[in-house]
Amino acid sequence: MNCIIVDDEATARIIVERLCSTIQDLDIIDSFSNAMDAIKFLNQQQVDVIFLDIHMPGFTGIDFVQTLKNPPRIVLTTSDTNFAIEAYEYEPIVDYLVKPITQERFEKSIQKVKKSLEKSTVSLPETGNNINFGDELYINIDRRLIKLNFNEILFIEAKGDYIDVKTEKKIYRVHNTLKNIKDKLPDTIFLPIHRSFIINFTKIIDIEDNSVLIEKNVIPISRSNRPELMRRLNLL
Amino acid sequence: MEQQPNLNYIQELSAGDTAFEKKFIGVLKEEIPLEKKEYIRCIANMKYKETGDLVHKLKHKLSILGLTEDYKSAVIFEEALKNKDDQLKDTFLAILEKIDTYCKTL
Repeated sequence: MNCIIVDDEATARIIVERLCSTIQDLDIIDSFSNAMDAIKFLNQQQVDVIFLDIHMPGFTGIDFVQTLKNPPRIVLTTSDTNFAIEAYEYEPIVDYLVKPITQERFEKSIQKVKKSLEKSTVSLPETGNNINFGDELYINIDRRLIKLNFNEILFIEAKGDYIDVKTEKKIYRVHNTLKNIKDKLPDTIFLPIHRSFIINFTKIIDIEDNSVLIEKNVIPISRSNRPELMRRLNLL
Repeated sequence: MEQQPNLNYIQELSAGDTAFEKKFIGVLKEEIPLEKKEYIRCIANMKYKETGDLVHKLKHKLSILGLTEDYKSAVIFEEALKNKDDQLKDTFLAILEKIDTYCKTL
């Protein structure tokens, strides 16, 4: 059985490393001080279990769990008991260790992980909502149906009772809702990243903190949509 | 009597593994002065969110060092900071100074 440790606090990582070293058949592959590095690593390599701190700057352990495509077993480590109920809503989370972690409690946790590994593989539900569409969408502008190819749409922004469909050449204002257009777009390339924005994520130039850049437009990412966006990215 | 920091938890965990103890103490000695400095900066600039994050992080060290009563104060302080209440700022600074002094003896 192998594991990684994710915790922004060095002393906490050292302690979990020490606890892991006392378990005969548990190998530590790596330790990470931030979630992003761990996600990049997990895109390259599979592990059996992650010891994951909940409270990390900018990216909570719960965000982390939601971001992973095929999450391994996860043991949360935290100084808080507040997250415990929420934590167990996520299937990959098999245990919740409150710091400072005792040897005895850690061993119990390892037993839980082993039992869980013996069962069938678990994973977070996929968002699989793919429907076969054509490559275009018709929008009604002044009684004319205008054809837009999906790959020319950059993003869609909600504007009160209207939506603005921004393409590389033009902005089309349509009397409709973001929810309606979302149902007409293939979720293979379109993704809501904010309550007012759906983006074509093949058009992203870069992502910085809580926004994405598409052409010259800076579009905010809401906290709740960020994990799904990160999950979709092919991170190196 | 005021609680004093100790390494009981670390020694229990180490089971005589002095390399682990040294590694832990080394990181602790390195981090505490920096975290204290950062705490002073954040609290002076009324950066409540950053201070709260720092208190949260330091809370773990208090429990590791057996400071159970100070840990309780830190929990209260962390909650108060969410409401921009920093009345316990000096109490918490005194805790940090106590740990910093202890680290220098290690």
